[in-house]
Amino acid sequence: MNSALDSRFGRAAAFVVYDTETDEVQAVDNRMNLNAAQGAGIQTAQNVAATGASAVIGANFGPKAVQVLQAAGIKMYMCAAGTVGDALKDFTEGKLEEAKGANVRSHW
Amino acid sequence: MKIAVASGKGGTGKTTVAVALSVSSSGAVQYIDCDVEEPNGWIFLKPELTCTEAVSVQVPAIDEEKCTSCGKCTRFCRFNALVSLGTPPLVFPELCHSCGGCEIVCPTAAISWTRLTVGELSFGERHGSSVSVIQGKLNVGSVLAPPVIKAAKKASADLPLTVIDCPPGTSCPVIEAMSGADYVLLVTEPTPFGLHDLKLAVETVTELELPFSVVVNRSDEGDDGVEEYCGELGINIMLRIPHSRRVAEICSRGGTLLAGMPEMEALFRGLPSEIQGRLS
Repeated sequence: MNSALDSRFGRAAAFVVYDTETDEVQAVDNRMNLNAAQGAGIQTAQNVAATGASAVIGANFGPKAVQVLQAAGIKMYMCAAGTVGDALKDFTEGKLEEAKGANVRSHW
Repeated sequence: MKIAVASGKGGTGKTTVAVALSVSSSGAVQYIDCDVEEPNGWIFLKPELTCTEAVSVQVPAIDEEKCTSCGKCTRFCRFNALVSLGTPPLVFPELCHSCGGCEIVCPTAAISWTRLTVGELSFGERHGSSVSVIQGKLNVGSVLAPPVIKAAKKASADLPLTVIDCPPGTSCPVIEAMSGADYVLLVTEPTPFGLHDLKLAVETVTELELPFSVVVNRSDEGDDGVEEYCGELGINIMLRIPHSRRVAEICSRGGTLLAGMPEMEALFRGLPSEIQGRLS
């Protein structure tokens, strides 16, 4: 919860999955995509979908990740907060804006 | 004979050498521009365009009626071109390397193939000399240079001399361009940068077991590093091209090296037979 929010989506080292109903927290490793030659955002979006998450909070989202997340029906929220805990707090307080598309280009 | 003109470093004069080699030949020449991300041999050779041809690759198409959403293809794909969300996979064709693995692992034969255009070949004939030109050009945004290079080489006519103008570097596009050549000319310049990248290029051709020589461009400038390195390793320096401001000006206007240094023409014309001599 005190970890910094990664500015990248596809090559983030891990995700924290938070259950808003039970308050359960689980860390999901995403390091396999750190060194992906290509398609990191796509794979990461698939990993997020596999957790069963219905929303994802991140600093930035690229176009291919957005395509996959939208296909999976996962809402994206943009966040400039420093830590994961801050991001969740902002989210539960309704302060985060829902992203309707990519905010950065591929390989930014 | 097929001569590939390559280099580690970009901007050393590959195209300058490949063009001079082509236009100096007394027989018919096939020049192939395999530097498909920035082909510019055409500018110097000024051929008359005869036709163009699209280059495409195979990418998977999913039959959603047959697909059981098992995810085997998406787990198999090393290139992250397929993604599964418990649904028939989404396809990212621009990431596909056409390996065909997804079709093999699919248990229900739900994968067939469609084509994605990745580049274009241009064919032309140079007036005044018998140089047939093939230019491969990769579409902007496409990452797959090797299929365009392969197509350009496959389209070449079987003429007495084939000159392959390679891309710089040491990765897949260079390997694709050089493979099958009888001989490689590695163009470099006598600078620390030229030497550093020449060493990488030498490692590459050695790995491919291709016979090669070095061409030193702007040979009268810079330092002695390249000469010393080649001397130590017993690498043949086949040609030294001195620096000439006049040549640089001519080339910058799309003229050839030989227009500014006509005295080099005989040397270039003699290269294929010199190479032949080294091969036998």
